[in-house]
Amino acid sequence: MNPALIGSPSQPVTLSDAKLSAKDLSFYYGTFQALYNISLSIAPHKITAFIGPSGCGKSTFLRTMNRMNEILRNTRVEGELTLDGQDLLAMDVTTVRRRVGMVFQKSNPFPKSIFDNVAYGLRVNGMHKRSVVEEAVERSLTHAALWTEVKDKLNKPATALSGGQQQRLCIARALAVEPEVLLLDEPCSALDPIATLKIEELLFEIKSLTTIVIVTHNMQQAARLADYTGFFFMGKLVEFDDTRVMFQNPHKKETEDYITGRFG
Amino acid sequence: MGNTISSRRRVINAVMLSLSGLCTLLVIGVLFFILGYLMFHGLKSLNLAFFTKLPKPAGETGGGMANAIVGSGKIILLATCIGVPIGFLAGVFLAEYSGKTFAFLIRYTVDLLNGVPSIVIGIFAYAMVVKPMKHFSALAGGVALGIMMIPIAVRTTEEFLRAVPNPLREGAMALGATKARTIFTIVIPAAISGLTSGMMLNLARVAGETAPLLFTALGNMFWSRGWSQPTATLPVMIYNYAISPDEDLHQQAWAAGFVLLTLVLVINVTARLVINRGPAAARR
Repeated sequence: MNPALIGSPSQPVTLSDAKLSAKDLSFYYGTFQALYNISLSIAPHKITAFIGPSGCGKSTFLRTMNRMNEILRNTRVEGELTLDGQDLLAMDVTTVRRRVGMVFQKSNPFPKSIFDNVAYGLRVNGMHKRSVVEEAVERSLTHAALWTEVKDKLNKPATALSGGQQQRLCIARALAVEPEVLLLDEPCSALDPIATLKIEELLFEIKSLTTIVIVTHNMQQAARLADYTGFFFMGKLVEFDDTRVMFQNPHKKETEDYITGRFG
Repeated sequence: MGNTISSRRRVINAVMLSLSGLCTLLVIGVLFFILGYLMFHGLKSLNLAFFTKLPKPAGETGGGMANAIVGSGKIILLATCIGVPIGFLAGVFLAEYSGKTFAFLIRYTVDLLNGVPSIVIGIFAYAMVVKPMKHFSALAGGVALGIMMIPIAVRTTEEFLRAVPNPLREGAMALGATKARTIFTIVIPAAISGLTSGMMLNLARVAGETAPLLFTALGNMFWSRGWSQPTATLPVMIYNYAISPDEDLHQQAWAAGFVLLTLVLVINVTARLVINRGPAAARR
């Protein structure tokens, strides 16, 4: 434990070299306000975790960061969101999604072969050269700790893989387009502990490649994985700090109550 | 007293069960009765000539319906080329793009179109194609059947596209795919077996339509070249032969009925096989 961190709000909110940064971000589903003035910065090549009870807005915030929420009708964003200092909300949406990848709660492999799943993002982004695609597929599957398991059955349907393998395939698929940020929305909630551990290990490994933001219901997972943790409650970011501070010496009563299991 | 209630219940149960079982048997029986009856009458006059020869002039026996078989094929092909693309693309719009209110309106209109009696669609094709061209034609028949295929094509497309889970769409879009790209490379391929079988059932449904062909394709005792001549079809041939006084023609009508039913059943069964083999089935 770093004593310098305890008690001193070492808010990563003010990071100058932030990868992603939100300022006074609010989000509405129709007339319902799901996020209230969120301000925070995501540090590059770190793992940032969001915790909080169901329906508190952490997934909504995640899906705002790659503008996935725009698919839904009747939604509205207010405030600022920047990627490397550029206005993310004004960028071309397909560019945003290529630069900010996403892995979903339930694995969603396309009903195609394993190879075509991983190659999909490359092809969508205009890369058709066979050798380049093959190389990227192998590299991505290796990063996702899946290569040795599937290298002999790349043409088999992806839907035939186990749940944990499917989720790692989805991670490989996202990594193939070399995103600068990887968003993960409760990626292990449908997996057993061994599959979960594998994913946590690989996330640790790929920190060097990309910036990771993960939403999780599992507080141990946040404590194990994350460099920074944010606690969301009722659409507000209650506290955001170094993970050790959050779990050992939270500044806010709500954070402490949630972490110690008094509500949520 | 409790005893009498429960015995009454048992009697009612037995009566209702046997009644519904009997009706079920009746339902299955109807198909097999029709099939058997057609086979009994149709198989007798079904021979190679039926498939290869032209109809004989009145009074002569023998001959076949080669022209009607080809004519039916031509008209169904044309109808498919008209009805399926229009219905499919409208269905894609309905499932993937339209808002709630607009979707409701489209769906309602399509259902109304589906309810339009086939003879009325025949009159429409007569007014739109036959009148301006000044003669009956395969084209007119194809247009009439094509219009009939549209509503089912729209609704099947919508239904099967909606059945594709949303996370697949999100997964593709999260990789930077545009909405159109997602629809054509992920959503439609995921639904392809359902779509194919839906379109086949749609085709089977119009294959037996007679009314809209009576005054569009009309009929022909000879080969018809191209698309702009009156064209013989199996259903109209059955109609014409069945109302004629000639016993030999009645036999031919039975044979044609049997061929038509077999064709429709084969398409139906193939469609079911297609739907059970698709990627959607593999995921279940």
